Amino acid sequence: MSGFGGFLLRRLIGALVTLLAISVIVYVVFYVTPGNVAQITCGPRCSPAQIQQVAEQLHLHDPLYVRYWHFLEGLVAGQDYSTGTSVQHCSAPCLGLSYQSDQQVTQLILTKLPVSLSLVFGAMVIWLVLGVGTGVLSAWRRGRLTERLLTGVTLVGVATPVFVIGLVLMIVVCGQLQLLPFPQYVGLTDDPEQWAWNLLLPWLSLALIEAAAFARLTRSSMLETLTEDHIRTFRAYGVGERAVVARHALRGALAPVIALNANNFGSAVGGAVLTETLFGLPGIGQELVHAVNVVDLPVVVGMVLVIGFFVVVANAVADVLYAVADRRVVLA
Amino acid sequence: MSEALVAAEVAGTGVDPVPAASGARQFWRRLRAQRAALVAGALVALLVLVALAAPLLTALEGQDPTTYHPALVDSARGGVPIGSFGGIGGDHWLGVEPQTGRDLFARLVYGARVSLGVALAATVVQVVIGVTLGVAAALGNRWVDQLLSRFTDIIVAMPLMIMALALLAIVPSSFPRPVLVALVIGLIGWGNIAKIVRAQTLTLKELDYVAAARLSGWGTWRIARRELLPGLAAPVITYAALLAPSNITVEAALSFLGVGVKPPTPSWGQMLTAADVWYQAAPQYLLLPAGALFLTVLALTVLGDGVRTALDPRAASRLRIGTGRKREARA
Amino acid sequence: MSLVNVTDLTVEFGSLRAVDGLSFTLEQGAALALVGESGSGKSTVAAALLGLHRGTGARVAGSVEVAGTDVGAASEDELRRLRGAKAAMVFQDPLSSLDPYYAIGDQIAEVYRVHTRASRRAARARAVEVLDRVGIPDAVRRSRSRPHEFSGGMRQRALIAMALSCEPDLLIADEPTTALDVTVQAQILDLLHTLREETGMGLLLVTHDVGVAAESVDDVLVMRHGRAVERGRVGAVLAAPSEAYTRELLDAVPRVDAPRARTQASLASSGSLASSGSGAAGSAEVVVEAVGLRREFGRGKRAFAAVDDVSLTIRRGETLGIVGESGSGKTTLGRMLVGLLEPTAGEVRHDGHARLGVNPAVQMVFQDPVSSLNPRRTVGESIADPLRARGERDEARIRGRVRDLLERVGLEAAHHDRYPHEFSGGQRQRVGIARALAADPRVIVCDEPVSALDVTTQAQVVALLGELQRELGLALVFVAHDLAVVRQVSDRVAVMRRGRIVESGPADEVYDTPRDPYTRQLLAAVPALDPEAATRRRTARREPAAT
Repeated sequence: MSGFGGFLLRRLIGALVTLLAISVIVYVVFYVTPGNVAQITCGPRCSPAQIQQVAEQLHLHDPLYVRYWHFLEGLVAGQDYSTGTSVQHCSAPCLGLSYQSDQQVTQLILTKLPVSLSLVFGAMVIWLVLGVGTGVLSAWRRGRLTERLLTGVTLVGVATPVFVIGLVLMIVVCGQLQLLPFPQYVGLTDDPEQWAWNLLLPWLSLALIEAAAFARLTRSSMLETLTEDHIRTFRAYGVGERAVVARHALRGALAPVIALNANNFGSAVGGAVLTETLFGLPGIGQELVHAVNVVDLPVVVGMVLVIGFFVVVANAVADVLYAVADRRVVLA
Repeated sequence: MSEALVAAEVAGTGVDPVPAASGARQFWRRLRAQRAALVAGALVALLVLVALAAPLLTALEGQDPTTYHPALVDSARGGVPIGSFGGIGGDHWLGVEPQTGRDLFARLVYGARVSLGVALAATVVQVVIGVTLGVAAALGNRWVDQLLSRFTDIIVAMPLMIMALALLAIVPSSFPRPVLVALVIGLIGWGNIAKIVRAQTLTLKELDYVAAARLSGWGTWRIARRELLPGLAAPVITYAALLAPSNITVEAALSFLGVGVKPPTPSWGQMLTAADVWYQAAPQYLLLPAGALFLTVLALTVLGDGVRTALDPRAASRLRIGTGRKREARA
Repeated sequence: MSLVNVTDLTVEFGSLRAVDGLSFTLEQGAALALVGESGSGKSTVAAALLGLHRGTGARVAGSVEVAGTDVGAASEDELRRLRGAKAAMVFQDPLSSLDPYYAIGDQIAEVYRVHTRASRRAARARAVEVLDRVGIPDAVRRSRSRPHEFSGGMRQRALIAMALSCEPDLLIADEPTTALDVTVQAQILDLLHTLREETGMGLLLVTHDVGVAAESVDDVLVMRHGRAVERGRVGAVLAAPSEAYTRELLDAVPRVDAPRARTQASLASSGSLASSGSGAAGSAEVVVEAVGLRREFGRGKRAFAAVDDVSLTIRRGETLGIVGESGSGKTTLGRMLVGLLEPTAGEVRHDGHARLGVNPAVQMVFQDPVSSLNPRRTVGESIADPLRARGERDEARIRGRVRDLLERVGLEAAHHDRYPHEFSGGQRQRVGIARALAADPRVIVCDEPVSALDVTTQAQVVALLGELQRELGLALVFVAHDLAVVRQVSDRVAVMRRGRIVESGPADEVYDTPRDPYTRQLLAAVPALDPEAATRRRTARREPAAT
């Protein structure tokens, strides 16, 4: 068991190092911009004196590593910001203040996070169930009509971008058929039923393309596993086909699926940005697009880091699940 | 027929013959055997042709993608195109854009240039970086490998869409936009190909024929060129065939969000941004770019599947996920 | 009624006829071995007994009756009741034949429950019982381990336990010991023998190894190209084969108990030193010398020494055999001798000078005939590599030299422009030898050069190496796990275990009067071609275990 504990520790340290490295890269890339940050922040009509003042306020004259160090300090210990007239305290995981609204980025993210988490995790349930189910079914029904149909459907799914599926769903379901109202976010704690109904279309648009990818992977992984020697063993010992598929083939086939789920988490987050923008859901993605358009760097950096955090965590969790499923990974 | 082959046949597993230099011929034979891939290939060829011939085609129609035609839209009704089916006619083959009256056919075929051009350029950048770093990591000493592999892990962990979105915001708008989009996608999206190339190179490096080449007295560079690189062609082409449609989608998504290719340059994703409000008055404004995008990605995906099957029917399923490290550990 | 009754069995995969009109019977409790080289169709027959070709696209004709079930006509349900319950199969590779995700005890219990409808608890108890029976120590605890936590031999025992769980009438063993070391092989064969005595079940053994058959069965059926060549009592067939092919096969089998065949004697045999077989040593100059070689893999706590303080000398014109089981470090040692691996400590000396890295004068012939040639280059190009690397630019001369080499190793000049996949394993190994010769080496290290080949091909390649050595005065280092092959080619032998040389000396001395207990153990485990000798040795092996 100590081997497994050691593995967990190594994986955790690895995740932390990755996060730190991402923060350095993101910080450096965004703050060594070709454009003048003070000029952008202040706006096109600022006088040189005003720009100078903004630059002072943002400590833009300090070397980059000093500013990054302050940023890290703020993350760990919090920081005080003077906004000209008053001093604002930004507490522990401080990601700075928005250039535009002087709002704390951490606060801003916290208000938007529930929407995005609802969207991504709800969709994940759908894509896993739908994708893995379809994949298993089409591997099992290989060569029959079911498989051909499913293969065709998943191919269409893979080839349709999130925003195209979303647009079509919205127009057909909400516009033409009027089966559902145009989605408006309702908090889970406020009204779970409305929460689910309003998120149904966004979930589907985000999940369908991912489900298609999972169906393809699960199918090929199942087909590969079904040719392995130990499957032959159980067939040769009179174990029924259904038990062979359910107990032995599926278990082996799911390992790469877990890995893909982590790998695709990043792309799903990208899809969530599109979905939120399309359906007007007030989540991180929508806010990020807004911040990008007005070049609100602290917000952009903060959000990229938070999203990076979730992706890294998802990868670490997948690795651990993978190791639990297959202890040989730990030994390797 | 060799012994290994016969043994495989007898066992009923059907191992493929070791790919040989006659591989190119076998590749075409296997690709031709797949009808869907052929149709997809023809469609991709047609799209490329359309993109290349965009100026010619629009000249035939007598239009261009940027001229406004205010007379063709009904400003009283918010800019709905005048005429049936969004203004389709002899002058404007696919109608005009709502509000501006720009010619849709011209915007669509010029949009193909952007879509395909950006995706192709981004794929080339990804492949070049991925292969270089992957090979370097596999052939370098332990420290080089550690450094490059960790860096690759970090790049893989950064969500492509988000990073591209954020990066595109901070680059000054004076930079030619399509080139910029291609560069950004290319510079962020090479992680998985580097991992695959590293894993494949490590496998090849251990093969006895590479050891034999060393014993012959050849140097590292010559061995890399003659013995290793040819073995990388199949997985690299296979993965590049997966990257191309994905890059098309990313470009369209970025343009859809308004940070990719900017007006007046036409792009399919950009055309979809405003399309949802017009779906009743001018349905083709939504359907044309959506359909073009769908068909292009579908055709490239099917062609990619075909290429993969033709190159290596057995490894095809393994390459789909890009988690070579974990599969390696299992095996 | 016979336990197995096969009449006119034909199995076809596409255009390939793997089994061609084969008939045989096996009585209750009897043991029969199907012996043949690769492609003889022996494994296909084994699979046909359980109806495993169903749904694979293979065409099966003729009738197969096993334990009262007509396999060809049986329904799916009847077939399932046959498989595992009346006839159970043990496969070649025990690691891949078990599900990596489940505990071994659970896998056995699952099979038991399918056939007996026993409770979960009873099935687990049964699993522990059979694991105990096949000699797995601490069976209760080990039944909870997964396959990768077992050693190769233990895994094969576990697979045999699975086969035993439902007390079948017939055990089908498809190359059950091919993936195992020789000492483990002996243990597994002994186990099969004991189980058969105790349970009275019938045994159908599929093997390429005549010695394994001699150790294990009463009757033998020699197969070739899907047809039966000869059938009879194992002692009679091995002692006096009536068919030419059987004779050829038996002649090709290297004998561990016979001194080196004179026809293959080394350079030294042409001189006066030859008589003892150890004579090449002594006078001829030392070409390669290893001094205190050590090689570690891994770092920190996981570091282990694959080779540990090995010193040896190789003299002009002699053959040094290095023999050992898997994990003994023999391949690592070979790679250090040619400079492909750098030693952690110690040095390799060429003509008395310490030397790092590769040297064209020391070449290697590799084990795997598939991976040792670049599939994308013609064999001519591969053979020309050492010539070009040396700076030869004259294309006509290169071509001429490659043609000479091809002919020298028994191939044709016309093979120059062919690709490796167009050749058989034995031919590819000849190409590998030609490539090594192209560098004009003084020493060739052969790393398991014949272990992937059929026994008749094996004999041809070994003969070729002997001829070349005599002609060119080469020194050979012959690294192999097969004790008999090593004896047939070597002047001197070094026995390796866990990275160290436990015993070395003139081949006949080491084989006839082994001093080290490990060497004795290895030699006692090699299957003999004589069933009576095998029985004697089996009893001998059992005795120390009993005390």
